[in-house]
Amino acid sequence: MTGQSLLTVWSDSALISALIWIVVALVLLYLARRPAHDALRNLGRTIHRALRLTAHSVMRLEERLARRNREVLIAMGEEHQERLIEREFHRVSTVVARDLGNYPALHRTLSEQITRIDEDYSRSTEVPPAPPAWLEAVDAVANIPSKDDPAVNKILEDIHGTLERSCHNTVMEYRAASHRRHKLLRRMLPYWRRLRDTLEQVNSTITGIEERSHQIDRHMQRYEAVRADTDPMARTLSSSSLTQFLIAGLVLAIAALGVFINFNLVARPMAEMVGGLGGTGTGMLAGFPVADVAAMFIVLLEVFLGIFLMELLRVTRLFPVIGSWDDRKRVALAWITFFMLLTIALVEASLAFQRDHLAAQDQALRQYLIEGQGKVLALSFRWIPAVTQMVMGFLLPFALTFVAVPLESFIHSGRTVIGAVGIGLLRLTAYLLRLLGNLSRSLAELLIRVYDLAIFLPLAVEYWVRGMLGQRVGAETGVEAKAAAAAGPGTVKGRRNRSRSTGRGRAPQPDGGEQNSEPASGDAEART
Amino acid sequence: MRMRLAAVLALAGLLLAGCGSRNPGAGQTAVYMLLDTSGTYADHLDKANRIINYLLVTLDSGDSLYVAGIDSSSFSQDNVWISTTFAGQPSKANQQKLAVREALNSHLDALKPSKNTDIKGGLLQAVQYLEESRAQRRMVLLFSDLAEDLPKGYVRDFPVALDGIDVVAVNVTKLASDNVNPEDYLNRLKRWKTFVTDNGGRWEVIQDMEHLDRRFQSL
Repeated sequence: MTGQSLLTVWSDSALISALIWIVVALVLLYLARRPAHDALRNLGRTIHRALRLTAHSVMRLEERLARRNREVLIAMGEEHQERLIEREFHRVSTVVARDLGNYPALHRTLSEQITRIDEDYSRSTEVPPAPPAWLEAVDAVANIPSKDDPAVNKILEDIHGTLERSCHNTVMEYRAASHRRHKLLRRMLPYWRRLRDTLEQVNSTITGIEERSHQIDRHMQRYEAVRADTDPMARTLSSSSLTQFLIAGLVLAIAALGVFINFNLVARPMAEMVGGLGGTGTGMLAGFPVADVAAMFIVLLEVFLGIFLMELLRVTRLFPVIGSWDDRKRVALAWITFFMLLTIALVEASLAFQRDHLAAQDQALRQYLIEGQGKVLALSFRWIPAVTQMVMGFLLPFALTFVAVPLESFIHSGRTVIGAVGIGLLRLTAYLLRLLGNLSRSLAELLIRVYDLAIFLPLAVEYWVRGMLGQRVGAETGVEAKAAAAAGPGTVKGRRNRSRSTGRGRAPQPDGGEQNSEPASGDAEART
Repeated sequence: MRMRLAAVLALAGLLLAGCGSRNPGAGQTAVYMLLDTSGTYADHLDKANRIINYLLVTLDSGDSLYVAGIDSSSFSQDNVWISTTFAGQPSKANQQKLAVREALNSHLDALKPSKNTDIKGGLLQAVQYLEESRAQRRMVLLFSDLAEDLPKGYVRDFPVALDGIDVVAVNVTKLASDNVNPEDYLNRLKRWKTFVTDNGGRWEVIQDMEHLDRRFQSL
């Protein structure tokens, strides 16, 4: 049955037939109104629930990722603090081994110096001169009664002269002894100074260790704070991680530029050595010219050796297995790696030198062909660019060695930064899912209204009929209400009428139901 | 393990950034230049020289260059003046380029204008050489006024397999009759375009030599 035949099934006039179809459709739609409303509402609710469920799952995933990210962040923070504390302990150990390791010898030196000082001091003690033994005899002679006797006077004068000489000798002896003491004390002076220096040295060492211990205390406090896994600490670590990520990324970009320059220094001379391309295309490797691959290999080797060297020196810790190696083995390997790097740097310097020579040849040929000169110009050696390229070729491999440091930082911080970005994306996804869920529910409500709009004519008739019936019922219930009011307030009917009169009650619906007959599923779901 | 994988990936990215400037697959180009040596066109060979010099500067190690003349009977190996593939070592390639330049100079000095113009014969010869070169990018540079004038009895009315070949007509000069009726010139170009595209090739006309550089860059 075609559309035309369907259109004219009621009448030959298409207009009349169409009107009849419209009436039929309106009747059918009016009759199917309630199931259609239910179907639309259920559809909206189902989509809404499904999307909310998905959003809930996404949020759970986001929570798990956030938890994992936080664990990683805290673990990184702990590792960082452990590394700092380890470094401080290492410094203390170095100081103790260097300055206090020879403490027994230092102690012996100090003891010797103190003993010498003690001996000198003892020897420099002042000993009062002993009084002469014959002083009592002199005293007895001096007490002889016959003082006018010239013989006695003569004796006394002799005794007086002897006493004066004796006193003079004693004074001289005393001075000599004092001089000796002073000499001894002067000899003590360098020992004192040495002793003071030694003690100052010990003091500075002890002070340094004390400062380190304070530093260790601070690191330990921070370490404990990290281990406590608090929110402020997590935020601090996250911010620090992002900063590290950006800085490391910037440094790596600069390093990429260095790799690019290094590659270009090597590529042209490498083409001379390994051949650029064969005429039959055999000079290609994975779509790249063999010369380029060889040049890239050299640059690659430099970077890998640099990373390995940094790892062996324990500057970076990308490969834990290297850390577990014996120290002597590690140092030996570090030296071997360094010599390999040095060899490659020398090779690259020579290649860079060759590059300048080849570039000059190319330039001469180009001038001959483009400018139409009669012959190829003789090559003049250019010292400055050649030497500059040589120096660059020598230094760049060593400069690339330090790529390992930002690379490690980039990778470590990248884990948490990528995690944070993932968390953000998951949150956005959950938000969009919730939004779509709410939109689907609102859309279903909108479709219900549009449905009612399409059948507004029969609905208007129904409203009118219901209105008429309502007035009649109202008149009947008004009489009942008066009777109920007379009987007393609080009856069921009285309450119903009051709620209707205030307009807050549920409006009667043409299909016999109530507009808000269903529970507010959205609110209920929101609560879940 | 994941950390190490990330390290390797980051490093690979860093290193790939280093070789990003190089054109992968460079050195896989074959250019066959057909020079019209007929009487009406032989005077333009100075321009052809400039194009050949440009090609010698542009082509790299591993690329192939062929230079052939268009005369009364172009489908002949004697018409191929230069056939060379540049060596892998750039210095050797430079020596080859010098040798090519000198050989061409001697050829062009001894050149005598031909009576007729067998362009399709030369094109057929070009296809054979380009096929042999196995180059990824193949181009025929047609330095001619495109006015074919076959000797009596020559048959050139058959398809030529030009699949994957760029046919670029350079310096297509106008004949005296074209000035009288420009439609002749346009029809000539149209006929050649139809011939090339019907046989699977890509057709282009370049009048300004500077555009040739752009064309090569896009190869």
